[in-house]
Amino acid sequence: MARFAASWKSAALCIAIGVLLLIFLPNVIDDFTLIQVTIYLVMSVLAVSLGFIWGFGGILCFGQAAFFGLGAYTYAISVVNMGDSTVPFMLSIVVPALFAALLGYVIFYGRLSDVYMGVITLTVTLILFNLINSTAGPEWKIGNAPLGGFNGIPAIPPLNWPGNADESITPRGMFNLSLGLLIVVYAGLRALISSRIGHVIVAIKENEQRAQLLGYDPRAYKLFVFTLGGAIAGLAGCLFANWGSFTSPTIFGLAQSAQIIIWVIVGGLGTLMGPVVGCVLIQWLTTQIGTQQTFNSNLVLGAILVLFVLLVPKGLVPSIGMLLERLGRRSAPAGRSSDAKPVALAKEQQA
Amino acid sequence: MDLAAIVVIQVLYGIASLVIVSAGLAVIFGMMKVINLAHGEFMMLGAYATLGALKIGINLWVAIFVAAPLVVGGIGVLLERLVIRRLYGRMIDTMLATWGLSLLLVGVVTSAFGNTTAGISTPLGSFTVGAYSVSVYTLLIIGVAVVLGVALRAVLLKTQLGLIARGTMQNPAMADALGISPSRVYMVTFGVGAALSGLAGGLLAPLTGVVPTMGGAFIAKAFITVIGGGPAILAGLVGASTFFGAINQIAAFLSTPVFGEVALLFAAIVMLRLLPQGITGRFFKGSL
Repeated sequence: MARFAASWKSAALCIAIGVLLLIFLPNVIDDFTLIQVTIYLVMSVLAVSLGFIWGFGGILCFGQAAFFGLGAYTYAISVVNMGDSTVPFMLSIVVPALFAALLGYVIFYGRLSDVYMGVITLTVTLILFNLINSTAGPEWKIGNAPLGGFNGIPAIPPLNWPGNADESITPRGMFNLSLGLLIVVYAGLRALISSRIGHVIVAIKENEQRAQLLGYDPRAYKLFVFTLGGAIAGLAGCLFANWGSFTSPTIFGLAQSAQIIIWVIVGGLGTLMGPVVGCVLIQWLTTQIGTQQTFNSNLVLGAILVLFVLLVPKGLVPSIGMLLERLGRRSAPAGRSSDAKPVALAKEQQA
Repeated sequence: MDLAAIVVIQVLYGIASLVIVSAGLAVIFGMMKVINLAHGEFMMLGAYATLGALKIGINLWVAIFVAAPLVVGGIGVLLERLVIRRLYGRMIDTMLATWGLSLLLVGVVTSAFGNTTAGISTPLGSFTVGAYSVSVYTLLIIGVAVVLGVALRAVLLKTQLGLIARGTMQNPAMADALGISPSRVYMVTFGVGAALSGLAGGLLAPLTGVVPTMGGAFIAKAFITVIGGGPAILAGLVGASTFFGAINQIAAFLSTPVFGEVALLFAAIVMLRLLPQGITGRFFKGSL
């Protein structure tokens, strides 16, 4: 299973499922459900961005929400000013990527350790939250776009066909775009991971010093991974701003950052599909919690995070994979003798 | 002249509040290398403990200085036994688990007491300096910070308990061989750290208002102070508090309190780029 997860077959399988959903799902379900499904997809893009930089780059970013929020705000502010959404769409990817590059430069070229990395990213998220939160009132605006402070920015114009500002996107188009981009991001990252650069990235995660002695500069590779993660998170932010035509400072908040981490932990670190599974499961659960009064969603999410760290540190997808593999080996006695990958994973969890 | 006096008091107060907010975290991180992301929630619990004690008719000072640390220290020991102890040496997992605990505690308190702000009126009144009025409570906070720093130093350096704690943190196997149970030392240290966080929550409750999510307002400042301080617990705590507290208050004085906080966090990031090991990684080496 571990071998299967790393093979091109699993990537092809996931992409095929995605394409099938893209073709058939809009015909099966009504528009309201489709809109609900779209937000799962948007958040999945965000989950994949953290799954990539954490699971493959070994960079634990506690502030992925910062890039997400920055993407949403960049899109909102620039589209209000420009009208046409083509440039704002690109800006919402470029601005968070530049921000990530700047932050990554401070962190990686300052050689700050994992722990400091976590705290700094958390701090940056809080800075942004505090800043945006305090910009209520008409004097805070960029161009024609009032920042709105804690009220957020309402009525964000939706994406439109490039060059034609009148032809704006429908809910169905939004679904297609979100799922399409999710597939593209997934496929692109899988291709990157199995390329030469991807091998170096994973090698740095496994043993930074050894990679460095072999002549690779870990700082540059980490910076690249972090920047790419920021760009993808920004893209998710842009989609989010479109989905609800609304953005508010809470998307910079600690709760949002914690959610992303929980998606990845629950789904499984070291896979790209895991974060998507975790994201969909947890979002569904949060929605269900919202319909009753007994349990608070913070309480349940916190309990899930603690329990997963203690009991299922690998996450659902790899754990289920290993379980299947064990069952498979029992039924086929002449199975593989070497089991290198899970052992390496287990050791890494201990470290 | 009056203005200068006010600014000095405000800067001292900024430094003192950072010392108080970060002390519990500094003990837990500095001694045990455990990043406790539930630190803000421990403070929140301290504030709620103070509020609860007041409601059943306990004197305010007893509530702040006795009830809050005791309750939160107890909760800290409980959580250490249930969760943290299984994760020693796995720094990232500890961070994640304590983040989970932080959400869990917010959830529990919200379910139990509701998502409303409760206030405790600021005691002790105020006095005037020229045309300005200063709350006496501000001076109390400064005083408590000084006492806290001196007491921490005395306990760590002069008492048997401090010696055992420092020895265990340096070499747990050796301490074990000498008949001291590292597990118990960790438990007590975590409990003391939690109690200090509880005390901080109780002390700040009259100034901030008590809500389940109040912890989030302190967590970044506390972490930045402890990490900016570097390896030496006490010198780092005081050094970083002085540096960041002064920046915070001066920027707040020149613009708005929000920008004061932003300036603090920004200064911290720049400083960590220049001094990745924190202040005591470069200066005051070998101090406590």
